[in-house]
Amino acid sequence: MYAFRYHHAGSIDEAVRLHGSCEDPGYLAGGHTLLPTLKMRLAQPSDLIDLGTIDALKNTSTGTDTLIIGAGVRHNDVARMTHPIPALAGLAGQIGDFQVRNRGTLGGSIANADPAADYPAALVGLGATVITDRRQIAADDFFVDLFETALQEGELVTSVAFPAPRRAAYMKFPNPASRYAIVGVFVAWTASGMRVAVTGAGARVFRVAAMEEALERNFSPDVLADIQIPDDGLNSDIHATPDYRAHLVTVMARRAVALANA
Amino acid sequence: MTMTISMTVNGEERSGLCEERTLLVTFLRETLRLTGTHVGCDTSQCGACVVHLDGDSVKACTVLAVQAAGHDVTTIEGIADGDTLHPMQQAFHENHGLQCGFCTPGMIMSALDLLKHNKAPTEREIREHLEGNFCRCTGYHNIVRSIAAAADMMATGKA
Repeated sequence: MYAFRYHHAGSIDEAVRLHGSCEDPGYLAGGHTLLPTLKMRLAQPSDLIDLGTIDALKNTSTGTDTLIIGAGVRHNDVARMTHPIPALAGLAGQIGDFQVRNRGTLGGSIANADPAADYPAALVGLGATVITDRRQIAADDFFVDLFETALQEGELVTSVAFPAPRRAAYMKFPNPASRYAIVGVFVAWTASGMRVAVTGAGARVFRVAAMEEALERNFSPDVLADIQIPDDGLNSDIHATPDYRAHLVTVMARRAVALANA
Repeated sequence: MTMTISMTVNGEERSGLCEERTLLVTFLRETLRLTGTHVGCDTSQCGACVVHLDGDSVKACTVLAVQAAGHDVTTIEGIADGDTLHPMQQAFHENHGLQCGFCTPGMIMSALDLLKHNKAPTEREIREHLEGNFCRCTGYHNIVRSIAAAADMMATGKA
């Protein structure tokens, strides 16, 4: 790891102010992507601003039809909490391994915008709203490209508001070593219609309009059987080819609908 | 920059020098000389470095020492009661839950966190919980058996 300066932020305001005063800073949340990246010397921030003890980032509140989760809430906390969106608990409980889930946070995951991360599928699948220190961003506008979000320089995710769906489920085909999604599909029957969000397959999370339209007619796995997404531009690596990923999207979507109906 | 940090380790207040980039596992092993916590992969995959940070199992190769400053850390050295092994250690001993022993400290610290949340895990739950702990000797069977035996011992107080 290259040397850096370390700062302990006591509040959201202090974190943002520190970020503005440093040359090439980075926020440190759970650190389970950032620290491995630093170990490999793939990044060289001048300063790390630790968000770990900011209590305001760890609040969770449940309204009648919305769940607001603080950016600093860990995956295991989401997996264990009793809340109106069981599909979200199920998703959080599948991230990484138990020790990773004891450190990794919601805010850290979405700000990093790994194309194979699980949470982006839940945010886009549920039509969530990302709340930052300065504004609100619809999930559909938040994930811009590979490791790229709509966040401005120094902008800090403080919480995410998830509208509770009528039914929802997440299914993923995990990489057996890392547990990242080779393909993950979040399906939700929401107040504003059907939503199908796919992670792991492309440069960023994306929706599948053809599947959403089919589910509007009948929320059943069978209506998705003949819908194949094109494999143009899908990810290709040693784990899966683009056409294999395209195939998995349909398989995972059908399983997710079946689970949501179970 | 070198600095002095303090944390509670196995119930004792401990201080030592570190840099901002020093990993918790390095601080424990090289500064405090608590070498029971191992470094296997150094990429947060193998689980040989698992310790408890404020009661939660974490991979000490993916936490900065400064992040643990002022907090409570428990390592494998801190769970026995004098010469009396912790029931989890005793169960690994009795069930041949280790061969080379390299993964054992991490296995035990991880397993203790499982039993904190689930006092009577099924075999499947034990196996799922261990997804972040690699053993390259035993094929896991005796590790799973050891954890189930420890759960029994701890539930019935026969330890």
